[in-house]
Amino acid sequence: MCYFNGMTLLTVDNLSKTYATADGPFAVLRGVSMTLEAGESLALTGESGSGKSTLLHLIGGLDRPDAGSILLQGQDIARLDDAGRAALRRGTVGVVFQQFNLIPSLKIADNIAFQARLAGRHDADWCAVLADRMGLTDHLRKYPEQLSGGQQQRVAIARTLAPRPALVLADEPTGNLDEGTAATVMDMMLELVAETGAGLLMVTHSQALAGRLQRRLHLRAGQVA
Amino acid sequence: MTRAAFGALLSHWWRNPLQLFTLLAGLALATGLWSGVQAINAEARASYDAAASTLDEGRYDRLVARDGGAFAQDNYIALRRAGWQVSPMVTGDLNGVRLIGLDALTAPSGMGPVSLGGGTDLGAFLTGSAQVFANAATAARLDGVEVLIADDLANDTAVADIGTAQALLGREGLIDSLLVMPDQPVGLPALGEVAPDLTMQAAQGGTDIAGLTDSFHLNLTAFGLLSFAVGIFIVHGAIGLAFEQRRGMVRTLRALGVPLNRLIGLMLAELLVFALVAGVIGVALGYVIAALLLPDVAATLRGLYGADVSGNLQLRPVWWLSGLGIAFAGTLIAGGSALWGISKMPLLAAAQPRALAMAAGRRARWQLVVALVLLALAAVLVFTADGLVAGFAMLGALLIGAAFALPPVLNAVLAFASARAKGVTAQWFWADTRQQLPGLSLALMALMLAIAANVGVSTMVSSFRLTFTGFLDQRLASELYVSTDSAEQTAALISYAETEGVAVLPIQSADVQIAGHPAEVFGTRDHATYRDNWQFLQSSAGAWDATFAGQAVVINEQLARRAGLALGDPVTFGSVTLPVAGIYGDYGNPVGQVVLVEDVFATEFPHVVARQFGLRISGDVGDFVNDLTAATGIGAGQTIDQAGIKAVSLAIFERTFTVTTALNILTLAVAGFAILMSLLTLAAMRVPQLAPAWAMGMTRAALGRLELLRAVMLAVLTAVLALPLGLALAWVLLAVVNVAAFGWQLPMYLFPLDYARLGGFALVAAVLAAGWPAWRLARTPPGDLLKVFANER
Amino acid sequence: MNAKAFVLCLLPVTATAQGFAGLGTDVDGFSTPAPNPVFDFPADHGPHPDYRIEWWYLTANLEDADGTPYGLQWTLFRSALAPYDVEGWQSPQLWMGHAAVTTETDHFVAERLARGGIGQAGVVADPFNAWIDDWALEGDWQMMQMRASGTDFAYQMDLTANGPLVFHGDGGYSVKSAAGQASYYYSQPFFDISGTLQLPTGDVEVTGSAWLDREWSSQPLAENQTGWDWFSLSFDDGDKLMGFRLQQDDGMNYTSATWITADGDATPYPDGALQVEPLGLNAADVPVRWRLTLPDRGVDVTVQAINDDAWMATSVPYWEGPVTFEGTHQGRGYLEMTGYE
Repeated sequence: MCYFNGMTLLTVDNLSKTYATADGPFAVLRGVSMTLEAGESLALTGESGSGKSTLLHLIGGLDRPDAGSILLQGQDIARLDDAGRAALRRGTVGVVFQQFNLIPSLKIADNIAFQARLAGRHDADWCAVLADRMGLTDHLRKYPEQLSGGQQQRVAIARTLAPRPALVLADEPTGNLDEGTAATVMDMMLELVAETGAGLLMVTHSQALAGRLQRRLHLRAGQVA
Repeated sequence: MTRAAFGALLSHWWRNPLQLFTLLAGLALATGLWSGVQAINAEARASYDAAASTLDEGRYDRLVARDGGAFAQDNYIALRRAGWQVSPMVTGDLNGVRLIGLDALTAPSGMGPVSLGGGTDLGAFLTGSAQVFANAATAARLDGVEVLIADDLANDTAVADIGTAQALLGREGLIDSLLVMPDQPVGLPALGEVAPDLTMQAAQGGTDIAGLTDSFHLNLTAFGLLSFAVGIFIVHGAIGLAFEQRRGMVRTLRALGVPLNRLIGLMLAELLVFALVAGVIGVALGYVIAALLLPDVAATLRGLYGADVSGNLQLRPVWWLSGLGIAFAGTLIAGGSALWGISKMPLLAAAQPRALAMAAGRRARWQLVVALVLLALAAVLVFTADGLVAGFAMLGALLIGAAFALPPVLNAVLAFASARAKGVTAQWFWADTRQQLPGLSLALMALMLAIAANVGVSTMVSSFRLTFTGFLDQRLASELYVSTDSAEQTAALISYAETEGVAVLPIQSADVQIAGHPAEVFGTRDHATYRDNWQFLQSSAGAWDATFAGQAVVINEQLARRAGLALGDPVTFGSVTLPVAGIYGDYGNPVGQVVLVEDVFATEFPHVVARQFGLRISGDVGDFVNDLTAATGIGAGQTIDQAGIKAVSLAIFERTFTVTTALNILTLAVAGFAILMSLLTLAAMRVPQLAPAWAMGMTRAALGRLELLRAVMLAVLTAVLALPLGLALAWVLLAVVNVAAFGWQLPMYLFPLDYARLGGFALVAAVLAAGWPAWRLARTPPGDLLKVFANER
Repeated sequence: MNAKAFVLCLLPVTATAQGFAGLGTDVDGFSTPAPNPVFDFPADHGPHPDYRIEWWYLTANLEDADGTPYGLQWTLFRSALAPYDVEGWQSPQLWMGHAAVTTETDHFVAERLARGGIGQAGVVADPFNAWIDDWALEGDWQMMQMRASGTDFAYQMDLTANGPLVFHGDGGYSVKSAAGQASYYYSQPFFDISGTLQLPTGDVEVTGSAWLDREWSSQPLAENQTGWDWFSLSFDDGDKLMGFRLQQDDGMNYTSATWITADGDATPYPDGALQVEPLGLNAADVPVRWRLTLPDRGVDVTVQAINDDAWMATSVPYWEGPVTFEGTHQGRGYLEMTGYE
């Protein structure tokens, strides 16, 4: 299946999610709707607790909505079971986490290739290109703990892009990095994502970062502002 | 996907080889100890069985010569010609091998142990070609004969045709005994008419030996289970830690698209691979343990019970399987809760230390509840337990309950100490120890179980030994036993003994029924022998005085239990009714006994004439026998040197301790290993905890010393708590399990010195286990300690 | 397998492993019967250790005062591992005794085994005595005594011969197969017998007639022969018939018969003269009803077991029991069947 730029990749319709908390139920998302075209990049902004991370998790198949639908490549992922959502996470969607979430006992080369291997479409040449573009070529035989935070996040980004996902989700990808490093990592990420033609949905609280993406969606109290 | 995910899971172990080693070593040690004990047990049993099937002597009545020696073959022919269905046997020593000659045509069916393969030349076997059957090990020691291999024969035993055996032993025309077939033809003439020189020896039934050896085996099995429980705690700790450390990885794997079921399956497969590897190592280890201990165990059993156990060990599929099975079961028990936790872990919840701490708190409360429930169950079972299964259930409830109760109890003790600590270092020490407790609690539980098991088993074995030696003193009090075969010989014996100033105690008994149970009544002469040597389980004041005055009887425990007799209850047989003045232990005897003064006995059983006598001899027994033979014509074959038998029995009994001590040290080594591994895995977490103390001015050496002191202090506390648990364990083994299994209770004795020594061992184990981590800690580079502060943001 | 069963496995005469077919094995070193025998009595009443097997085989039809029929068997088998004998356990001669009493409802069996050379069992020709343990058959072949005992029965019998010895086949040379296997075989079928049966129900005084067979050989069966059916019939008019059928594994049979007149004249009949046909099986699939025809003597009778369940559950099991017959002739006799286990 191939989606060209300009076709609708993602359609979120009237999405709701409520969490139980110590103070009673808390409606994180209240009827959010949005779309993302293939190859398009979108910044998801909002205050802490506005529901932007929850929206990201729901789209990434990490959690299930209470109501509404998420059409990704025409498939409603809100209706998928555990195995279906796992398959989605393996092959279609890639997530870049704030905490990198590398596998500490695997070397960098294996971490980069890991998700592609899980998805069953490992491409050594492509991994080498990603490592080169991310400036990791000298570190392939090291373990994550031997790398700096910026380097680790670059590994995570390479890992996400290795299986060529249709949609990249990023949750404050540079939130754990200092300013200089964050800018470099963000440049590399945006460039590579654009090259692969994947759609990008990035949660950030930085107006500057948000400005570098094609579109911006602001959430306030669980609704599109 | 599967390969990549499995590779990621396994990569954890390559990056953390110490954890892998802990896991495998703990499981292997646990399996090893278990299968070692099982191997000793299985080997001993197999040897009994082989020996029993070789001979089956106990199963048949036998005809033997009155003088105990060999007799002419003519007797055999005369008996057969009179219709007696008997089968001849001759036995003797051939190059240190017990050669048994039998006649295959007349031997009872099922007695020949020899599974003879096809192609055996029967003609050669029966017609004097010097063919004997033996197992491969024994065959190597037999020269000059043609040995046919029969692997189901016991070691050191060879079987040949009786004609061949007579020739090989140089005993042509002689027979040692005749087995009497259970089925005899009608119209059989009396034995005395056909073979007046022979006498019938009743079948042994075998219960006496079997009872004692089974008791020993049961207790060894209980010990094996306890050792395994100790091992399981280690494995549980190691698996729990490994899973805890991989929570992040598990979450990442799931986020990257590995389905939960697949992940659980992979982790289960991983555990089973470990169980297989550790199980194989463990069984091999058990073989080594058993091989090292078996010669002593064999000697112990042979000496104790006369049971013939060969000192060789064979790898038996049964204990390979049981060893591997227990390794798998243990791994699944230990890994089950960890896997359950993984399966319930939400995908999104970030690592929340507070939540984890709360979960740990909930777990601690749950453990306490479980502990209380189990201990309550054990308490209830004390009063209601009836039967072996209930006895073991009680044992399990007691031990697991106590183990679960250990962390809260230790925590309370530490809180108490902490509240009363003077000085900042002491306060910090106690508080820090409390913080350490959760990480160490599994290892401490293992240590407690190990110490308790050792206390329990030492108490059991030592009580067994004391009881048994007392029993031997009681039963083998007379230095010499003499059988006479005529009234003239009896008179000659008594008059000779009188001239020598030797006390003669007649042994005379009659079979009776008491309260519907078969029992033996013994007529006994008043003598200090009884007052000095017989130990009562219960007795009223002046029990022997009343008995010898003909006003009371003493009975054995078996009769008391079966007939429900207590002190003072009347015992009736024939025209006699007398109260019970004492109950004595009579270990391994299946039949009830009553001891009565000889006058009353003679009145009630006038036809019974004593033909066996115990003689109290102060000098050399051999000299006395020589003089006795010269003076009265009573041959050495009519005497039994009881003093000699007793000395040998007691000497060999001491070897039980070799085994017990060796098993003690092994179990403690396993527990020490658990402590070492826990401390090593905790070491990495310790640095951030110790850094503030270091920053505030404590030296690294002082910190190291405190670490060591902490471990030793915890070990001592645990040992103190383990002592009552061990004693409870011993009591359950002796008073509940043994009674349920065998119908008699072993009295329990306390051995404070042994416990002190065990405590010492435990302390040494703790010091050895804590020493290296403490030393490493004292050597922590200051940079690492500084990093703690640098990393904190 | 226990040693005893093993020993029995290899007993040539009683080869359980191969069944009675084992009788058709090699002869190595043993003598074999030859035609035109010259018997030497009383020596030939005794054992012939150079022949592999030999037996003293007595069967009797008895009845008590009420006319209730009984069957009785006393047999001593000799089996040689080698063709010689010596004193002591080294003797290669093995002995096996079977005794039985059959009533209409019960069948009592006992078995004894013994080694030769030590005096436990054996046969002496003169004065004649055959014994194993307390069992014995002794006397001068005119007046004899016989006893045996088991766990649930015993008997003591007196025998009186009132006719001559009868020689089967060609003067005592009895051919057993087309291939020429043969044995020496003679009988004393004319014993009057009386005595006491001790049974669990009490002692029974009985009288009747007995038939004593003597036979020895080294290879009595051909290799393809798997068992035999042997009949001894006493006709009410005093004539007697001995006949046997040897079963072959190809379904064919070999028969032989001897017609014995009341005064002891014997006429042998070759293979095929006697026809034997099973009519009915018992619960264990052993034929206990037979049709026997010997056209040359006008005999066509139906033979019926008195007790269908006369199975000898001995080391080597077989069927042996008393029979009655009717048809052209009436009378009683004994039937032995092997090869059915």
